[in-house]
Amino acid sequence: MVDILNALVAFTNFVIIPASAYGAQLAIGALGVTLIYGILRFSNFAHGETMAFGTMVVLLVTGLFQSWGISLGPLPTALLALPFGILGASALVLFTDRTVYKFYRRVKAAPVMLVIVSMGVMFMMNGIIRMIVGTDDRRFADGERFIIRARDFKEMTGLSEGLALRTTQVLTIVVAIATVALLFWFLNKTRTGKSMRAYSDNEDLALLSGINPERVVMITWLVVAALATVAGTLYGLDKSFKPFVYMQLLLPIFASAIVGGLGSPIGAIAGGFVIAFSEVTITYAFKKVVTYLGPEGWRPDGLVQLLSTDYKFAVSFAILIIVLLFKPTGLFKGKSV
Amino acid sequence: MSFLSATNMTGGYGAGPDILHDLELSVDKGEIAVIVGPNGAGKSTGMKAVFGMLNLREGAVKLDGTDITGLSPQERVHKGMGFVPQVRNIFPTMSVRENLEMGAFIRDDDFEPTIEQVYELFPAVYEKRNQNAGELSGGQRQQVAVGRALMTQPKLLMLDEPTAGVSPIVMDELFDRIIEVAKTGISILMVEQNARQALEIADKGYVLVQGRNAYTDTGEALLADPEVRRTFLGG
Repeated sequence: MVDILNALVAFTNFVIIPASAYGAQLAIGALGVTLIYGILRFSNFAHGETMAFGTMVVLLVTGLFQSWGISLGPLPTALLALPFGILGASALVLFTDRTVYKFYRRVKAAPVMLVIVSMGVMFMMNGIIRMIVGTDDRRFADGERFIIRARDFKEMTGLSEGLALRTTQVLTIVVAIATVALLFWFLNKTRTGKSMRAYSDNEDLALLSGINPERVVMITWLVVAALATVAGTLYGLDKSFKPFVYMQLLLPIFASAIVGGLGSPIGAIAGGFVIAFSEVTITYAFKKVVTYLGPEGWRPDGLVQLLSTDYKFAVSFAILIIVLLFKPTGLFKGKSV
Repeated sequence: MSFLSATNMTGGYGAGPDILHDLELSVDKGEIAVIVGPNGAGKSTGMKAVFGMLNLREGAVKLDGTDITGLSPQERVHKGMGFVPQVRNIFPTMSVRENLEMGAFIRDDDFEPTIEQVYELFPAVYEKRNQNAGELSGGQRQQVAVGRALMTQPKLLMLDEPTAGVSPIVMDELFDRIIEVAKTGISILMVEQNARQALEIADKGYVLVQGRNAYTDTGEALLADPEVRRTFLGG
């Protein structure tokens, strides 16, 4: 009985908690991708860079606040800096929209052309970020590090397995729920949000109904900048901020958006968790769990790990391919790619 | 002068060849005008010209005495024109009620009374108000589409083949509804494939051939005209 509990605690500690936090981060990232796809009708390859840019501003403002001695007590100071990050990212995406995407909208460029354009934007933003903060790995989480420490948990329960719950993990889940609730309220209840859905559903009819496309596009960029900054900051708090890693995040984020169904916000959230749980579960070494559950005194020779963590991107890639082959519209009937 | 009067319309899509030649269409207040004719006669194109969706090289469109020839379709909506396209005329992933709300997007005043009127006119729309429009049957979708266009309280409602792809029973039902809309004082200009049934409810019928007016008369007279019957209505 105790063994089963220990196995469960180990599984929760190493799979369920990290995957939930990672899933929430992917979900918010994928929401941004899916909104751009639904409304501007292209896959935005610069989304990872938008996340990185927003997070960079948060990081810099956090540093400034810390130097002024402003803090949030047990919570990370980055939360205070978040609005500034959102402002920075908004300014960046609005600027790129004016200078780059607007032209391609006017000439009614094919979506595939916009994808290539967004790649160019990605490299530009990437360069700007590296010029400002460099390529180093930075940690900017401060405040209380743990809500539950592994040692305390062991003492509390008397189990031999520890369970740690970090502040950033809980924060990720809480902020993610709040963000998603706010986004869905905006999309489903407000006139502006509804006009965005209408534009995504049927562009011509939206025009006939007097919906101004440029306004819809602008608000979409603002919402996407906010989502990207939140996702990037949560990921950076949970792990660390390294610009190159944010570029790599593009793959699991796109996989999440496509698995859920491009254009479908609910799908993006579901997709985020599907990808995160698959990635973490498949690359987790189950040795400990199996040892607890197996017969007394027996332990597996190997790590009982399906794939080494180096291959975690292969997992999202494989899921992406499987979904594209068998259900190209994704779990929630998005648009076919 | 008629409420809508489009005269000498000549033009086509973009820089392409002329599709319409000296076409004339007019509708009086509360009247139903129907455009019929063989495939490729320019029926839908004629209506789109009235709505400003193609460039006219010649001719003028006047609504209630005002020249609107130079206005964009969106501006014409503000002037009191409602347009129901033939396909893709609803927001499929939005609820029926939201479809109506989007129809009223340009209005700043309280549009609840108009929603009530649409519900009254189309009981099926009221019943399905919380369902996504994309989940409805063809006939119900058309009702939602007409309802959406009515939300701006147009003075002229244009329908591009509202009965395309619906069963004969649903078609009769839709025509009944359209008559009711006309009774509220809204002028109706409609393109129809089902020429015979459409002319039966029409105050005025236009038979187009190759982008020109071939026959123009009351619906009744056109149905009785042996030449029109023989060539267009199949005897």
